[in-house]
Amino acid sequence: MSIKLHARGVLAGTLTRPILGRILATPSADLDPADHVWLTSDLAAASGVGAFGAIATTERLTSEALEPWLRAGVPVVHSLDAADHLAPGDIVRLNEFGRLSTLYRGGSEHNSILLTEACNSYCLMCSQPPRLVEPRALVAEHLRLIELIDVPPATLGFTGGEPTLLGSDLLRLIRRCSERLPETKLHILTNGRLFYYESLAHDLAAINHPNLVLGIPLYSDVDFEHDFVVQASGAFDQTLIGLHNLGRWQVPIELRVVIHRLTYARLPQLADFICRNLPFVEQVSLMGLEPMGFAAGHLERLWMDPHDYRAELLEATAVLVNFGVGVAIFNHQLCVTPRELWPFCVKSISDWKNEYLPLCDGCAVRTDCGGFFSSSLRRRHSARIAPIVGPPQ
Amino acid sequence: MNPLRRPFRELDAFLPQPGDYRFLPFRFMRWSGEETLVVNDVGQFLFLPTTVFQEFLERRLAPTTAEYLNLRAKHFLWDGASVAPLELLATQYRTKKSFLDGFTALHIFVVTLRCDHTCRYCQVSRVSENRQRFDMSPATASRAVDLVFRSPAPSLKVEFQGGEPLLAFDSIRSIVEHVEQRNRLEQRQVQFVVATNLSRITDEMLEFFGEHQVLISTSIDGPQELHNANRPNPERNSHQVTVANLRRVREALGQDRVSALMTTTSRSLAYPREIVREYAELGFDAIFVRSVSPYGFAAKTGEAYSYQAAEFVEFYKTALDEVIGVNRDGHALVEVYAQILLRKMLTPFPTGYVDLQSPAGTGIGAVVYNYDGDVYASDESRMLAEMGDKAFRLGNVHEHDYEEIFGGEVLHALVSGSVLETTPGCSDCAFLPYCGSDPIRNYATQGDVVGHRATSGFCVQHMGIIRHLFDLLRSQDPFVRDLLPSWAFGREPVLRRATPIQ
Repeated sequence: MSIKLHARGVLAGTLTRPILGRILATPSADLDPADHVWLTSDLAAASGVGAFGAIATTERLTSEALEPWLRAGVPVVHSLDAADHLAPGDIVRLNEFGRLSTLYRGGSEHNSILLTEACNSYCLMCSQPPRLVEPRALVAEHLRLIELIDVPPATLGFTGGEPTLLGSDLLRLIRRCSERLPETKLHILTNGRLFYYESLAHDLAAINHPNLVLGIPLYSDVDFEHDFVVQASGAFDQTLIGLHNLGRWQVPIELRVVIHRLTYARLPQLADFICRNLPFVEQVSLMGLEPMGFAAGHLERLWMDPHDYRAELLEATAVLVNFGVGVAIFNHQLCVTPRELWPFCVKSISDWKNEYLPLCDGCAVRTDCGGFFSSSLRRRHSARIAPIVGPPQ
Repeated sequence: MNPLRRPFRELDAFLPQPGDYRFLPFRFMRWSGEETLVVNDVGQFLFLPTTVFQEFLERRLAPTTAEYLNLRAKHFLWDGASVAPLELLATQYRTKKSFLDGFTALHIFVVTLRCDHTCRYCQVSRVSENRQRFDMSPATASRAVDLVFRSPAPSLKVEFQGGEPLLAFDSIRSIVEHVEQRNRLEQRQVQFVVATNLSRITDEMLEFFGEHQVLISTSIDGPQELHNANRPNPERNSHQVTVANLRRVREALGQDRVSALMTTTSRSLAYPREIVREYAELGFDAIFVRSVSPYGFAAKTGEAYSYQAAEFVEFYKTALDEVIGVNRDGHALVEVYAQILLRKMLTPFPTGYVDLQSPAGTGIGAVVYNYDGDVYASDESRMLAEMGDKAFRLGNVHEHDYEEIFGGEVLHALVSGSVLETTPGCSDCAFLPYCGSDPIRNYATQGDVVGHRATSGFCVQHMGIIRHLFDLLRSQDPFVRDLLPSWAFGREPVLRRATPIQ
């Protein structure tokens, strides 16, 4: 079941720009109301007018009911089309058009902050196609979001677009996480290209975030193959020099390889290249294709049944683990992955994206399997999905 | 809103022009059949069909062929305006040569020349037990310890040799204590090793070694008859005593604190499999199959010339085959010589073995403080001095200071003569990144430190063994294909590979 992240309602009061707040069900004296969006189903029962960041309700409110709140300057979004998905601790953004978006789910292990949709690459399989926007436009909002997180999560992601386009503001955000959420593992997805400039790598390392990993994609051991996949000449070079700069300053790195028709053939050679040239990386993540965004548009050229590349996947994993580099396999259903690789498969799809087929109900290893992206079920998945029968080994 | 609408470009927009590539430094060797081996400066290699090699040389190799892609990925050619291949090569090169960083890390103390054995190949020119004047004096030991800490190495290994060092256990004890006391200020990593035949070990010594985490290195040449023939102890059965004491040492200190070396004599040549099985039976996890060096008593008794390097290579291949067999039977046994070579072939990492480095580790990696205070760049140069030729004496701890010993002309000439990259014969050899140099051996057998490759036993030996290792890496047998690399990587193979390492 996909999880809802947006609701729409009617905004009473004016907002000149979006506001962020933490969902609150029961107001209490020791919580600062300004940080909160009070989610209520009976506004009339309120004993007074609190200085909340905003009010949210599925009720359809009259102007009399709204009047005291508007006079107090508290924006109210009512007649929400949904609210069941909201829970205390969630952090939402309310915009000028009455749209209530969930930016952070308190109950989830998989929260990411989309720093920007601007990007300096243009990957053929990009699941979050770039837009022509000012990369730093939302920095204030991101800083506010980090502040509003009340219970430090186990992990937090920074995604995009390309986070390094925020330049010094990215460093500010990392620093803020280091100060407020030092126990939280901060996982930043980046193409690594701007770390070609050693000062950026050095400045990032200097923050000394205690729990940081950069997830950086590498699609081939050959420059023009990688450049073709990311649609940017020189990207491979920049990324490699960036990786070396990061390695020089001991920034933890996770290399990520999305496996599809254009990247599967030299997967074992890429594995060897990594051992030889990048042995300092923490981990290599081998990932199945998510048919969203540009990937959906290029599906005929990119799609390959994982069953068909299982030999390359096995060989590449063997090269890496025998050498001593850690491997994790993501987004591959267990039934189409060689059994020797099951110990390396991670049940990983973000919980707001994953699902199973009806025929998975009888599968003996369903609870260990990550299932599918919703987009995979809609568009394309392996033709060889079949439940594993009998006790799992 | 504002989607970025850029046209997607095809692969040919990113391809380099055919013929538009330049060579990165490499060497090559004709291999058997229709193949040529190419090896770059950091030891990455490829086997190419000779026809393809020819196309590569003539710049006719097309960028869409698998061989082109492999050559590019392994830094044999570069194309386009990129600098990344040079950065990557530079990083690997620095890594390979990083054994130079700490300078002298291994400090050998010859605490006595006295010995209770009369090993046929003894490099030590030992004297019999009774002559006390062949012990290292406390004053000499003290000056030597001072020199040890003049080395910048963050990690130091202090090894006691002899004769039989346990005959001078009191010296060992006081040197260990002195080093540890100094190290409270110095804060280096220090490891102690004693190279001993184990005949003199006592419980008191074991207790001391346990307290100070001293490693034991002993000699076992093979099964009893062979061992005793090579290493006679005039009074007792050497093999029996060594094995019995081996058990004692393992019980007192732990299995992993004792290792053994073997030395191959002409007598050994008939027994490669028996020697390996002896090591397996004695429960060792590693065996180091080495040849004898042509010094000391070895030269006097004709051992050095009693077998040719080629015979040793055959012996080695059989021994290695037996080692593989032992592994197949489920006993993890590493052959250390192969391990060192494979690490150079299959990883970007350096090795600390001073006899397989360019420049050689003489003096700059390891140094020997003799019982009389003379300082030598290696065991071999000390041997030469015992035979009357002090050409490679670096100085004396009582007469010279650190700068004179380690910065003097003798060491300088020795080191600069052992740089393979500038040595005739070696500089063109495809195996250069894997090989090493033994300048004293060259001097002793061929007249100068640079030596002459065409008649060099060292060369025949190493070329034969490295060639054999390549053949094994490309074996049809998947067990062998995974076992040998696992030695280089220092871990058991986790998954079975389908294809040979290329």
